[in-house]
Amino acid sequence: MLYIPGNNPAMLQQGGVYSADSLLLDLEDAVALNQKDAARILVRNILKSINFYTTEVCVRINHLDTPFGLEDLEEIVPLQPDAIRYPKTETVEELAKLIRIIEAIEDKHNLPHDKMTIHAMIETALGVQNVFEIAKFSKRVDAITIGGQDLTADMNIKSTKDGSGIDLARKMIVMAAKANKIDAIDTVFVDVNDEDGLRNETEYAKQIGFTGKAVINPRQIDIIHDVYMPTDEEIRKAYRIMKEFKKNKIAGIGVFAIDGKMIDAPVMARAAHVLELARIDFDSI
Amino acid sequence: MKIIKKAQSGSFESSDIIVLIEPVVENSGRNIEIDSSVMLEFGDSIEKLISKKLDEYNITDIHLIVKDKGALEPTIDARLETAIMRACDLQKGTL
Repeated sequence: MLYIPGNNPAMLQQGGVYSADSLLLDLEDAVALNQKDAARILVRNILKSINFYTTEVCVRINHLDTPFGLEDLEEIVPLQPDAIRYPKTETVEELAKLIRIIEAIEDKHNLPHDKMTIHAMIETALGVQNVFEIAKFSKRVDAITIGGQDLTADMNIKSTKDGSGIDLARKMIVMAAKANKIDAIDTVFVDVNDEDGLRNETEYAKQIGFTGKAVINPRQIDIIHDVYMPTDEEIRKAYRIMKEFKKNKIAGIGVFAIDGKMIDAPVMARAAHVLELARIDFDSI
Repeated sequence: MKIIKKAQSGSFESSDIIVLIEPVVENSGRNIEIDSSVMLEFGDSIEKLISKKLDEYNITDIHLIVKDKGALEPTIDARLETAIMRACDLQKGTL
């Protein structure tokens, strides 16, 4: 997920060509306080007129406790981007308020309530403590994300490259997302010149269960894809498992073995996920 | 709508446009100055876009200067709208 500053026309109009899986058009931290109106109008126009092809488009609005959040929703919700990202989500009560406002705007414009989703961003210690309830609160919440920079500030700790200070938060966020079968997206890696550091952090994020990672520079996208993309060997193995599964299913066999190893439902679920990441259609096997 | 104060939007960055607006005396009409890095190719369409926007807001008296660095239509439209709202003191949700 590539962050694009909401007041930068050059990056906004080119958003679809960076090969990111999703774009985050940012009206919050990337925009100066006296340019909030300009960014909001620009992002609205860009959403109306620029083709982002198959890239998912998400807009990060300002919090409703600021003078900007409500105006952001009024302009952006009618355009129904794929998702709205809500910063500093701390309680289900504020999530309920957000959803009420979104749905009132959708009603005003005769729009459905089930198309645009919400990404709840966890950036405070209170948000981390409440993350499970936040993740399960509404079907509209289809991703939980962690904002590492704000979280370290809220915890009054130093931001370090090993991320030790926010490690518990990362794991709690992943667990809450997994328990509710939604996505968990890791925070940005801010040193764009440290490619090894980015790779290490992404590998760790993948290992503990994050489904993706945010980036602040298009240069970082290839490394994220490289880490998350299954290897040829993993794809071949998954393909074999799913092919055997189909064959055995027809024969009425639920559990079977490949190369002497038992293949059961969890193994097949992992294989299906590998094929999904490799964008191989299971039905085509 | 009536222009009541000086206002500005946009930037000199590539793919952006800077819009400057100032009030003029009533019934003095529209004084529009356009400078663009793609003046030869798109000068006319920028002028049309500006006129359309001013018509939309029913603005008859204005001094408007634009310095374009190759902005696309949605950007030009956004920067004009922002500057007009600021110049009419109608901007919302900003500091």
